[in-house]
Amino acid sequence: MTEKNKKNRVLVGKPGLDGHDRGAKFIAQALRDAGFEVVYTGIRRSPEEIAAAAIQEDVQAVGLSSLSGAHMRLFPAVVEALGKAGAPEIPVLGGGVIPDDDIVALKEAGIAEIFTPGTPVDKIILAFQDACKHKTAG
Amino acid sequence: MIINRLLEGLKQRDPRAIGRAISLVENGDESAEVILSSLDENLVSQATILGITGPPGAGKSTLTNGIITNLRQRKERIGIIAIDPTSPISGGAILGDRIRMMQHATDQDVVMRSMATRGRLGGLCATAGAAVRIMASCGCSTIIIETVGVGQSEMDIIRLADITLLVLAPGLGDDIQAMKAGLLEVADILVVNKADCKGADILAMDLEAVTRKGRATPIEVSMTVATEGKGIAELLDRISITDSEHRDSGERKKRRRGAHDQEVLDWCLEILRPKLLAEISKKKLPVLGDPRLKAKKILEEQ
Repeated sequence: MTEKNKKNRVLVGKPGLDGHDRGAKFIAQALRDAGFEVVYTGIRRSPEEIAAAAIQEDVQAVGLSSLSGAHMRLFPAVVEALGKAGAPEIPVLGGGVIPDDDIVALKEAGIAEIFTPGTPVDKIILAFQDACKHKTAG
Repeated sequence: MIINRLLEGLKQRDPRAIGRAISLVENGDESAEVILSSLDENLVSQATILGITGPPGAGKSTLTNGIITNLRQRKERIGIIAIDPTSPISGGAILGDRIRMMQHATDQDVVMRSMATRGRLGGLCATAGAAVRIMASCGCSTIIIETVGVGQSEMDIIRLADITLLVLAPGLGDDIQAMKAGLLEVADILVVNKADCKGADILAMDLEAVTRKGRATPIEVSMTVATEGKGIAELLDRISITDSEHRDSGERKKRRRGAHDQEVLDWCLEILRPKLLAEISKKKLPVLGDPRLKAKKILEEQ
């Protein structure tokens, strides 16, 4: 009966100064409706705060939203903060207004998936389910 | 995480190990027993468990944040277990209590964990109790359990606490709401938050009247404005006075005993539930007939 009650646990947060949280809240609710436990951290978080929260909450994946154009700096900063805090294996997924060229660079920087406006919500849920499947190495 | 490394991590108070240990217990993993029996019982018995309950929007999380800030100034290490409801439809949950406490996110001496009720019939009490013990064993001298004070399972969790605060705010209903069974009965200290808002004084007076019940002196109501940190220091003084009263009178011991028995009962049911369910479905009992009688028979066979 190992992990009989196991639930998908994820964190959704907004790094940086961007206050447009409609997308993040939409994703949080969509994940909740898909049976996820979603720790929502709200807006204006530092990468270090997000990493610390992800570790304390023992989430299996982190979802970030950025609509301000600062994704190139902030998304990799969260990956880096997770690594520094001893949890490099927690996958980070990102969403926002992100140009195609940036997507390539972000994936190279260790972001697992990037979603742009218009992505069907089912696709995003599937990606989170997939990310949660990867057993953490801990 | 290999169990030995996890136990070592707990000794080192590593946040990763604490987070993982709580998950393993919450998920009913086999390693839960090893984890829970490795804890420092001394630290567990010394810690003060504070319950914070009240209706949604009363300011529980903001007040908790204020209490954390204050206790951190006194260099205390603090644990927080914030409980939010699981959707009975999807099984999912939004755990949003952290939003009000993010200023402490990178403080290594503030150990926070969000927990969903997961629709358990009571088992939440067992897992929340386990989380309290893990945090206490990892050096948290005060542990706050925050939950909406509605429903049986939430009431059971609040009973884990040594001292319980009921947080109310003006504009959330009249005094009859506060008189409804349960809410006032579990509270040691009444707090009117948002005390700068219209109606706060009247609410406090109503509460004093409701709780007076023939006493010579009414129960004092604490007034706070959590967003501005007002009234928190005074509230903490009251908490520590109540705490020493409870220690002297044996009330604390009595509550610990009650909480302990409740947790053991909860674990019994947690362990029995899947076994019994399997037994029942294996039997393919006829749909007709008295379910109570069938239940007794199955239990006798065990």
